[in-house]
Parts: sequence; structure tokens; C-alpha cells
Amino acid sequence: MIDTKETVTPVIGLEIHVELATATKLFCRCRNRFGDPPNTNVCPICIGMPGVLPVMNRKAVEYSMKVALALGCQVAAFTKWDRKNYYYPDLPKNYQISQYDLPLSSNGYLEVPLADGSAKKVRILRAHLEEDAGKNVHDKPGFTGVDLNRVGVPLLEVVSEPDMNSVEEVMGYARAMQRLVRWLGASEANMQMGHMRFEPNINLHIARGGVTYKTPIVEVKNLNSFRALERTVEYEIARQYAQWEADPDGYSMGKLQKQNRGYDDATQQTVFQRAKEEAHDYRYFPEPDLHPVVVDDEWRDEVAATIGELPLARRARYMETYELSFKHADALTQDAPTGDLLDEAVKGGAEPKRCVNLLLGRAAALANERNCTIAQIGITAGGLAELTKMLSAGDVNATASGKILEKMIAADDSPRQIAQAQGLLVVRDAGQIEVWVDEAIAANPQAAQDARAGGKKQKRAFGFLMGQVMQKSKGAADPARVKQLLQQKLGP
Amino acid sequence: MSETIDADLVRHIGKLARIELSEQQVEMFGRQMSDILVYFHKLRELETEDIEPMAHAVQSSNVFAADCPQPSLGPDQALANAPQRDGNFFKVPKVIGDS
Repeated sequence: MIDTKETVTPVIGLEIHVELATATKLFCRCRNRFGDPPNTNVCPICIGMPGVLPVMNRKAVEYSMKVALALGCQVAAFTKWDRKNYYYPDLPKNYQISQYDLPLSSNGYLEVPLADGSAKKVRILRAHLEEDAGKNVHDKPGFTGVDLNRVGVPLLEVVSEPDMNSVEEVMGYARAMQRLVRWLGASEANMQMGHMRFEPNINLHIARGGVTYKTPIVEVKNLNSFRALERTVEYEIARQYAQWEADPDGYSMGKLQKQNRGYDDATQQTVFQRAKEEAHDYRYFPEPDLHPVVVDDEWRDEVAATIGELPLARRARYMETYELSFKHADALTQDAPTGDLLDEAVKGGAEPKRCVNLLLGRAAALANERNCTIAQIGITAGGLAELTKMLSAGDVNATASGKILEKMIAADDSPRQIAQAQGLLVVRDAGQIEVWVDEAIAANPQAAQDARAGGKKQKRAFGFLMGQVMQKSKGAADPARVKQLLQQKLGP
Repeated sequence: MSETIDADLVRHIGKLARIELSEQQVEMFGRQMSDILVYFHKLRELETEDIEPMAHAVQSSNVFAADCPQPSLGPDQALANAPQRDGNFFKVPKVIGDS
């Protein structure tokens, strides 16, 4: 008989490597820039010539501290770097400068928003600063090409505790991390440019018949897209369950070593790479060429002061203070400058909800067309505030406000100047409206008759005439006045 | 840490360094490395009970450079010592497997 009480709990931890948005590399002043021709951003330091000395990039340390503090980590008062020795063509020194026993920060957490509106705290074990390796290009006939432009690019490695229990939580965590590092300006976190890479470790805790089984932990290396991460975790959960089911006692953590697997994008499966017992022997030792870093309270507070309001706090404030829906508040807190624009406009007297409608309406559509954030389309908070106030005062209608907003991007003119120049201001002049109303009635005698007659055709005919007047005014007539005048003329 | 470097350890180190060693070399390097280790064991004569482990031989910290780009080497200079090149790439034997 099948035990219906079986529960399967995936236990997942994630290492995320984030390339920092410094102008230069971690230990030399070559440019940190994606997409340049191979081996153009290289110097004797990063290509590992003998006798050179690395010098730490202060900005990279500060970006790391900023992310660590935003994650609620303790920043170590004393931190040092170590050599991790291994031999690979993309690592010309034959060692990677990393951090072993005294990482820059530890013990934090990231709050992960879930679809049901709740949040899950995922603990952070540590976040340390290391250098990236170069790139091996494998599509060459019979040999491998090596590009060392990426060697020495600052890389923040954030290691979570195995606190995630579903694909949704893993994806939520990864996306929250992307949003956070972008928000802080510490990384562009552009997946196409390899700014973020994932290494999940996954196993299952299966409770059946009063016994808890644990499958061997699998680590999957170097996933460079959200899709690959999602497919990997989905695949591993299914694969490990099937393998366990075939041999519940044999496929277990106690009997088998931790193993590394790689994700194959073509088959969307993971493939076995090596067992832990064959793992590398990295022979870490303190890096003699770099000085340790001492972080005093003053420096830490200085960096902490640059953090500002974090995305989830801002989202909660928008829901509370501006009374926005979760969806709207969330959309406005994907990046910091878009929310800053809203806050500034509100400070300038804009009514929050109308302002949000402008931002998430026409502005969001324009941002989408340009593949940028709302803040990047190029409207000012002052202009946005003025346009919102014009809407609130009834000086322009919603349709016109979208047109004005679009013109604001290209022109230096104020929204009011644009509205005047384009004839988009609402016409309240009773004389002008009366002319349009009379014309509409004269041109549509049947509709006018139906409207006067009452009965079931009355409402429709009245609406039609309203529409005719609005059309004549090119949308500029004040609808309240139009309605009033029509009622007067067609009334009993 | 073992007192001497035996043949298996020499072979392991050779494997990590991706170099092939003859039996004669295994014996020779084992002897040389053991000698070095023995020499360093002299340090054990020092009393280090109450001394904090040090991270660096120089007692200074926070040596930084500003994040300002400087010119890099051109690819021709960077690749000047490369045994083989393919355009701007270093050309190396086909790499398979993971790092």
C-alpha cells in the first residue's frame, strides 16, 4: 500500500556571483568592460606576469560593503585575501585571489517576496570579494581560445544558507538579489553580459513511513541565466526523487558523496561531472601581495549612509502612504530612480495616484518601447508634478496627458506650454462648446430625436451625441460642460 | 601536515599542476620537497603560544587604488610571449571538462 503521508522537501542553497560595476578591475587599473575585443583590457598584473603587485580597488571594497550591509550582514573589522590554487587556462596566475577564512562579511539575510504576498527570509552565510577568471572560447576547431579581459574583474560571491524549499523560492531569491544589487548601483546585474552567475546546491528530504531520507547533495556550477537556474532546480528535484524511489536506502547522503553536475542547455538536463572525493585540493594560503583591509565604524557608517531606503521598505511605504496596490507598488520599486521620480513629484504637489497612473501608463509604455526604466525615458520630477496637477485640476484629460508626457521627453517646454501649443488644454469656454453642441445636433437629427423622445434608445443616442461633440473638439472639450449643455438642449 | 613528502603526495601535486612526472623525478622532487619541509620545521623551535596568527609580513592595512582606468597593454604586447595565438586570442590545447 502506498503511504499517503509521504512528504518531499527540497532543500536548496544558492551561491550567487555578482560582477561589480567598477570602472576598473579589482587589482589593476585595466577597464572592467564587457564586449571589448579579446585581450585588450589586460596588463602584466591581470595576465599574471612574474613580479607584479596587485593593488586593491577601494570602490570594489565599498560596493561589497554596501551590498553586505543591505543584506544585514556583519562587515568584518579585519578582512584579508587568500590564494586559491588551481591550474586552468582562463586563470593565468594559476591561483585565484579570493577570501577563505576571514571573509569581508557574514550572517545576513535577504527577504524574498513570494507570489501570495508573503515574504521568506533566506539567511546569508557570507559574502566575500574575489577576482573573476577569463573566458575560454570553445568553438574553435581543435583548440581553445583564451580571452583574459574578464580576469581580475571584481566578483562578489554571496553564499546563502540552504533555506529555500521550492523552485519559486529559489527564483524569488535570485531575482530579489538582482534587484538589490542594481538598486544599490553595485552591479548592472545584466545576465546577457554575465554579470550574475548561479550555483545551486540541491537535495531532497523525504519523509516516508516515519523515516526521513536525505538524497546526496548535488551542486550545479556556473548557471548564467534565470531560465537555466529554474530548469536546473526543477530537473534536479525530479531526477533525485526518481533515483531515490528506485533505491531508497542506497541513494542517500550517508552512502554517496556530494557530487557536481553541469547543466546542458541543449537537453535541459544536468549531467554528472565529479564526486566530491575527486574535488580539487585548493591549498589556500594568505595572499602575501595584498594588505589586509581594516574597516572601522566610521568607514562602515559612511558606506551604510549611502544605502538609503531599500526596495521592499519602499514598496511597503507606497502601499501604506500612497495607498497603491501591491502590483503598482512593486512595479515602481524595480529600480531606485523611478521611485525617486515619483517621490519628488509628490513632494512637488502631485497627487500620488494620478502621478502613478501617468508613470505606469504612458511612461511605462514609452520605457518599454525604449527597453529602459521609466526614470530613464527622460522626464523631470518637476514636469511630472506639473502635468499631474493639470490633470487633477481638469485642465487636461487623460488622453491629452499621455500625449503631453511623450512631448516632454524631447522638449524643454513645460507641460502647460506643450498643452497650449498642441491645443490639448480642456476647453471650458461655454460659447465654443455650445457651437460644437449645436453642430452635432444639427448634423444628427435622428439621434437628437431619439434622445428627446426618451425610452430605450434615449441613453444610447445621448452617448452618441456626446461622442460627436468630443470628436469635434478633438477631445479637448470639458465633458461635464458638454453633458450639461446637451441636457439643456435635448431636455424636456 | 606530514613530516615527509612521499611519492604519492608528489604525484598528487604533479597532477594538480598538470605536469607529468617520471619515477625518477618523483623520487628527486620528493627528496627536495622533504628537505625544504625539514628546513622550515626549524620554525617550530619558536614559542608561538601567545602570538596572534598574522595575515601579512608587513604590519599595514588599507592600501587602495582609486577606481580610475589607466591604459592597458595592446593585444600584441599582451600576446607577445604566447607560444601560439589565434587573432587576439591566446591559443591553447583543447580544454574539456570543468575547472
